[in-house]
Amino acid sequence: MTGANAMLAAATPLLWVRIFASALQVVAVAVGGPLLLGLMGKVRARAESRIGPPITQGLADLRKLVRKEAIRAEHTSAVASLAPLVLLGSAVVASAVTPLLTTSTIITGGGDLFVVVYLLLMGSVALALGGLDAGTAFGGMGSSRAMTIGAISEPALLVAILAMAVQAKTSSLPGIVAGTLAHPAWLTSPQWILALAALAIVVIAETGRIPVDNPSTHLELTMIREAMMLEYAGPDLSMVTAGEAMRFALLLGLLVNLFFPWGVDTSRSVAALLIALVALAAKTALLAIVIALIEVSTAKLRLFRIPELLAGGFVLAVMAVTAGLVIK
Amino acid sequence: MVAYLTGLCAAVLASLLGLVLPPRWRVRGSGILSATACVFSMASAGEVLASGNSYSLHTSLLLPFTGADLALDPLSALFIATTAVVGFSVSLYTIAYAAHTPNNRALVATQPAFLATLLLVPAASSVATFMIAWELMALTSLIALLTEHRERPETRDAAQWYAAMTHAGAAFILLGLILLAARTGEQSFASIAASRPLLSMPIASAVFVLTFIGFASKAGAVPLHVWLPRAHPEAPSPISALMSGAMVSLGIYGILRVDETLLGGGKLWWWLLVVAMGVASALFGALHSSASADLKRLLAYSTVDNIGLVLIGVGAAGALLANGQRILASLALLAALYQLVNHSLFKGTLFLGAGAVQHATGTRDLDQLGGLAARMPLTTTLFAVAALAICAVPGLNGFASEWLLLQGLLHGFAAHPAVTQAAMLTGVAALALTGGLTATAFVKAIGTGFLGQPRTGAAESAREVAPSMVAGMAVLALGCVVLGILPGLVVPALDRAASAGLAGGAPNSLASGLGLDLTSLKSAIEPGQLAAGLLAVVTVAWGGLKLAQKRAGFYRPRRTEAWGCGRELQTPRMEITATSFAEPLQRVFADVLRPNHDLEVTHIAESQYFVEAITFHRSVDDAIERVAYRPVISAMSWWGRLARRVPNGSVHRYLAFGFVALVLVLAALT
Repeated sequence: MTGANAMLAAATPLLWVRIFASALQVVAVAVGGPLLLGLMGKVRARAESRIGPPITQGLADLRKLVRKEAIRAEHTSAVASLAPLVLLGSAVVASAVTPLLTTSTIITGGGDLFVVVYLLLMGSVALALGGLDAGTAFGGMGSSRAMTIGAISEPALLVAILAMAVQAKTSSLPGIVAGTLAHPAWLTSPQWILALAALAIVVIAETGRIPVDNPSTHLELTMIREAMMLEYAGPDLSMVTAGEAMRFALLLGLLVNLFFPWGVDTSRSVAALLIALVALAAKTALLAIVIALIEVSTAKLRLFRIPELLAGGFVLAVMAVTAGLVIK
Repeated sequence: MVAYLTGLCAAVLASLLGLVLPPRWRVRGSGILSATACVFSMASAGEVLASGNSYSLHTSLLLPFTGADLALDPLSALFIATTAVVGFSVSLYTIAYAAHTPNNRALVATQPAFLATLLLVPAASSVATFMIAWELMALTSLIALLTEHRERPETRDAAQWYAAMTHAGAAFILLGLILLAARTGEQSFASIAASRPLLSMPIASAVFVLTFIGFASKAGAVPLHVWLPRAHPEAPSPISALMSGAMVSLGIYGILRVDETLLGGGKLWWWLLVVAMGVASALFGALHSSASADLKRLLAYSTVDNIGLVLIGVGAAGALLANGQRILASLALLAALYQLVNHSLFKGTLFLGAGAVQHATGTRDLDQLGGLAARMPLTTTLFAVAALAICAVPGLNGFASEWLLLQGLLHGFAAHPAVTQAAMLTGVAALALTGGLTATAFVKAIGTGFLGQPRTGAAESAREVAPSMVAGMAVLALGCVVLGILPGLVVPALDRAASAGLAGGAPNSLASGLGLDLTSLKSAIEPGQLAAGLLAVVTVAWGGLKLAQKRAGFYRPRRTEAWGCGRELQTPRMEITATSFAEPLQRVFADVLRPNHDLEVTHIAESQYFVEAITFHRSVDDAIERVAYRPVISAMSWWGRLARRVPNGSVHRYLAFGFVALVLVLAALT
C-alpha cells in the first residue's frame, strides 16, 4: 500500500464532519469568488492609477440584485429561469466535492476530477442555452463563441488531467492531493509543471479572462461570456453572477491545490480546517493578483487566434503525458 | 428462449397484419402486436442477463442443408434487450406517426419486419443463420428506408448508397466467415470457437480484416460511414431511430462476436486498428454534427461520433486483453457496451423527437425552426433530456458511460508497449474533443431549433404531437434518466455481457452499489448523490429567491421586450441561425471540414459599379466522400460505359464471345 493509499484509507471520517467540511467549502467559494474578483479589480485599478471600487463591491451588488424585481424577456421559455439555477447549482455541487479545504468531502469517493470537469461543463451548457433562449442576436453569438472555445479547450483539460492521474494512479481528486502531499517530488517533475501550464491556459479560457475574453467589456463585437448574460436581470442575474464568481474561485482553488497542496486538511480537525481556509485564501489571492497584473499588461486576443492558444495548451498537456513516460 | 421465439413470431405476424389488414385496423393492430413482441423479447433477454444462463436451439427446419442455429448468451441478450426497448418505443410511436401518413401500408408492414430481423441477428449462432439474418436485416431496412418519400431524388440517392455499401459490407463478412468456416471445418459458432487452434495467425488476421471491414461499414465507422448521413435523414423517423438505435449497434456486435470471441482476441495490431478507426469516427462525426444545420443529419453524424467512442472502448479492451490485462480489458469493454446501450436510448429519443418536429412543421432544417418550446413543450423536454444525456451532463446516462470509458483508458495507460499507451492517450484526447463538439452541436440543436422565436410560419403554427408519439419518446428518455442516476442497476448485466464478449471470459471488474465503484482502481462516482445534491441546491436557491422577492413585494417575474440595441422591435430575423452558430467552429476546423463557399455578385446592366444582388451559398459536404468515393464511382461508371460498348445486340458477336470463353476455359484446364 502506498503512502497516498494509506492516507486515504485513514481519512474517512464521520458523515457530519464531511458535511460540515463541504458546507464550509461552499461558503468559502461563494464568498471568496466575488471577493477575489473584487481584489483583481482593485489591483487592476491601482495598476492603472485609479482608485477603483472596494473589494466587497461584488457582494454588495449581489445583495442589491436579489431584492430587485425579476424581469424576463418576452419570448423566453423555462430555460431562462432554469439556466441560472443550474449554473449556480453545478458550481455549488462542484465546490462541495472538490478538495479545496479537506480531502474528505461530502460524497464518499466523490470529488473525481472528471466529475468536476463535467459539472462545470453542465454549467456552461446551461449558460449557453440561456443565451439562446431570448432569441436575441448577441445572446446567440455569445453562446456560439463560448461553446466553440469550450470545445477546443476540453482536450487540453482532459489530457492535462490524464498526465496527473497517471502519476497519481487515480483520477480521484482527494487521491491526487493526498498523493502530492505524500510525494512532494511530484510537484517539480516535468510532467506536473507542463500539466500546470496547460491547466492554467484552460482555466483562463474557461473563466473568460484576458487574453481569451474580457469580462469588463460591453462592446458588442468582443463579448463572449458577457453576451450570454445580457438578458438577465434582478435575482436571475444575481445567480448568474454568483455562479460565475464561484466557478472562478473554484477553478483557481483547484489549480493552486493541485500544484501547491500544502494547507489542505487531511487530519479532519476543526483547527486544521481553519488553517486550510486561511491557506486557501492566501494562495488564491496571490494567484488572483498575479492574473490581474498579467491582465493589465496584456491585450485580448482576436477571437480566431484563441484556438492557437488553446492548441498550445493541448500540446503542453501531451508533452506532460509523454514526459511522464520518458522520465521515470 | 420460448419467450424470445414468441416475440420473434409476434413481430413477423405484426408485419403480416400490417400488410393485410384494412387501413382502419392496420396501424393499431400491427403497432400493438409489434410492441408486444418487444415485451416478450425483453423478458427473455432480461432473464439471460439477470441469470447469466445461455440457451441454444438447433432446428433442421427453416434453412436447407444446415438447419438454423439460434443461441442466447449474455452478449446477444444485451443487444436483444436494447433493440427490444428501442423497438417498443418505436412501435408505440409509429401508431400515431403512421396514422397521419397517407399510404402507410408499406411503413406499417416493414417496421415490424425490420424489427424482427434486428432481434434475430444477435441470436444467430452459425455462419449460415447469421448471414441469412444479416441479409434479411439489410433488405428490410432498405425497403423501410424507401417507404415514405420514395419519389424524392435525395431518398433514392440515399437508398442507392445504402444498398451498395451494405451489400459490399455483407460480401466482406461473407468472405471472412467462409474462410473461417472452411479452415476450421465447422459452421456453428460454438464449434468454430472450440476448433480455434486450427487457425494459423495469417488466416485469422485475414478473417479479422475482412469481417472488420464489413462490420465497421454497418456500424458507420469512418471512412465507411458515407451511407449513414444520407440514409438516416431520409428514412422515416421511426426507421431512423431503429437504424441508429439498434442496427448500427449490431456492427459492434459482429466485431465482438466474430473477431473477439470466435477468433480469440488475436494480435495487438488488430485492436489498435479498431482504436484508430474509432478515433477517426469520433472526431469526424462530432465535427460534422457540430457543423450541420439539418437536424437529422446532425443526429446521423452524431451516431458516427458515438460509434467511434464505442470502437475506442472495444479497441482498448482488445488491446488490453492482448497485453494480458483481463480486468482492465473487461472494464473497457463494459464501458463501451454501456456507451452503446446509452446511445441507443438517447439517439432513439432524438430521432423520434426529430420526427415529431418534422411531423409538426414539415421541415428538419434548424434554420427554419425556432420557438418550438412554447408550442411543443413535451417534445422539447424529452428531446432536451436526451440531448443533455448525449452531452454527458452528470445525472444522465451519457456521463456514467463516458466516465467509465475515461477510467478504462486512464488505467489502460499503464499497459506496456508504448504504442498501446499512445492509443490510450489519443483515445482520451479524442473523447475530450468530441465531448466539447457534441455539446456545441446539441446546444445548437436545442437553442436554435426549440428556443427563441419561430423563424417561419411552419414553426409558428406547430402543435404538440399525438400522445402515442410522446409516449414512445418518453420511454426512452426515462431510460436515459434511470441509467444515469442509478448506473449500479445495469452494471451487473453489462458485466456479464462484457465477459461473454471477451475471449475466455473475464472476471467481474466492478463492485457496485448504486453508483460506480472501481475499488481496485481507487475511483468511484455516485451520480445519484450528485443529482440529489444538485436538485437540493436548485430547490433551495429557487425557494430562497422567491422568498426574497416576496419580501421585496414582487410576486411574479415581469415579462418585457428583450434588449434590441435601441430598436423597437425584436424580429426572428435577428436571431442567430444554426448555420451562423456553427460558423466559428467551421472556421477553426476548415482544414477538416472544407466548407464550400459560393459568392455570386450580380451587377446592374448599366454599370458594374452598382450591385443588383449578392447571393452567398455555403455548404459543408463530406470531404471523405468527395476524396475517396467520388473517384471510385466515376471510375466505375467509366468502366460501365466502356463495357456497354461491347454488347451491341449482334447475335454473331455473342456467339463469338461464347466461343472465345470456351477456348480460354479449355486452355486453362489442360
